[in-house]
Amino acid sequence: MIKVELPNVFCSYPNATPLVVVEGSCRTVAEALSAVGTKSPGALDRIMDERGDVRRHVNVFMNGENIRFLSGVNTPVPKDATILVIAAVSGG
Amino acid sequence: MNKSRAKSSGARTKPAVGGKRSSSSSVKTSRKAARKTGVASAKGSKPGKKQDVLLLVGTMKGAFLLRSDESRKKWRVDGPHFRGEAVYALMHDTRGGRSRTFAATNSMHWGPTIRSSDDFGATWTVPPRHTLKFPADSGRALAQIWQIAPGRATEPDVIYAGVEPSALFESRDGGETWKANEGLLNHEHQPRWQPGGGGLCLHTIVLDPANSKRMLVAMSTGGVYRSDDGGKSWRARNVGVRTQFLPDKYPEFGQCVHKVVQHPSRPGRLFLQNHWGLYRSDDWGDTWQDIANGVPSDFGFAMQMHPHEPETVYIVPIEADMFRATPEAKMRVYRTKNAGLKWEPLTKGLPQSGAYENVLRDALAADSFDSPGIYFGTRSGKLYGSSDAGATWKEIADGLPPIVCVKTGMVGAS
Repeated sequence: MIKVELPNVFCSYPNATPLVVVEGSCRTVAEALSAVGTKSPGALDRIMDERGDVRRHVNVFMNGENIRFLSGVNTPVPKDATILVIAAVSGG
Repeated sequence: MNKSRAKSSGARTKPAVGGKRSSSSSVKTSRKAARKTGVASAKGSKPGKKQDVLLLVGTMKGAFLLRSDESRKKWRVDGPHFRGEAVYALMHDTRGGRSRTFAATNSMHWGPTIRSSDDFGATWTVPPRHTLKFPADSGRALAQIWQIAPGRATEPDVIYAGVEPSALFESRDGGETWKANEGLLNHEHQPRWQPGGGGLCLHTIVLDPANSKRMLVAMSTGGVYRSDDGGKSWRARNVGVRTQFLPDKYPEFGQCVHKVVQHPSRPGRLFLQNHWGLYRSDDWGDTWQDIANGVPSDFGFAMQMHPHEPETVYIVPIEADMFRATPEAKMRVYRTKNAGLKWEPLTKGLPQSGAYENVLRDALAADSFDSPGIYFGTRSGKLYGSSDAGATWKEIADGLPPIVCVKTGMVGAS
């Protein structure tokens, strides 16, 4: 089971909730986010662009570590991992 | 109201999400306005019926919607909408019996999308998905929506969007779904289009109102491209337009065109503000002639047609690409009334000292009253307007975030 915690702002998109529980296992962060997208495609659109890249001002943490310093969306996801999606330092 | 719009209406938000409104009265005003549905599209469309003008102001930190009657003495200001999001493109669409405002919003975090309102901003759609997307095999990702333009009056459900990286999107269902134009997406020149200071953007969309097969787009950089077969193929149309920044000063393409405007009564005549250069074409862009006659600088971004006079055009000269400020620190709009043979400064009511301003490519607009209003916004957040075609000016607002877009719409009087 993988837990994916999303920003509260996503709650305005259909079927998006602050916590998404992905049953079973995921090999990579990309697979876990894809599972989020299956439930709430709108949430996934806000995390990743159409190339499958995490947006520049979005940070994804796998068990507390920013995946930019791991293997990006190809970072392996251990069993019972927690993935956090957080708005990065920026704003308008 | 179609299906997906009805669905999204359940997820509408109030204006100024998550924050204070500009004033409580603006809320009442906005809702009062929303109850009024008498829409008229332009001058003369409903003789005798009074109209208001909507002034749509996009900034780096949200959008402001202003409304006034024909006197244009008092403005009701509502906003900011989409707090913290850049709004590079706005459009009010009165075709097909609708009165819908479209806004291109770009969250620095969550990406760009198009939202719409049928009640003058009292509520906005929250699209479940980002509706403008490059095809997966294009290798491109949408960075910004620079332009929303209506299709022809005879095609009320057609809307176009110009985006960054440079591409043209088209919706044939009133903005519910969008598709990238493949002729431009796969154009042989595409790999050589280069970003300007604002990014690699397609910012201008000009239609032939009579010939549904002909349209023209402009991009920075890349230049002008025209299609004569309904968007299937595109040819560069830049003969005579100079590129100061390339070894070949008159290449087939690669120009940094900042804006092209057209009067619908004379669609084959086009005016062009270039990255250095003012031009006119009398043959739908096949050739361009220099018309920088009597301007302090032929560098600039914004350009706007007079709504009723096809020979009258407005610009805001900027000193230089290396110093993007109004020449001599004077805030001057320039106008030609003879298609570029001569330009005159319009200054009455505008600061003539200490004004180091810049007006961006979409921040100059006109309404369509008999005595037309001309409006512009500056990067320093000042909004000016004239109700007498530019003869005199007044400051409408100050202290707004940097203004990137000013557009108008004509609606039934509230």
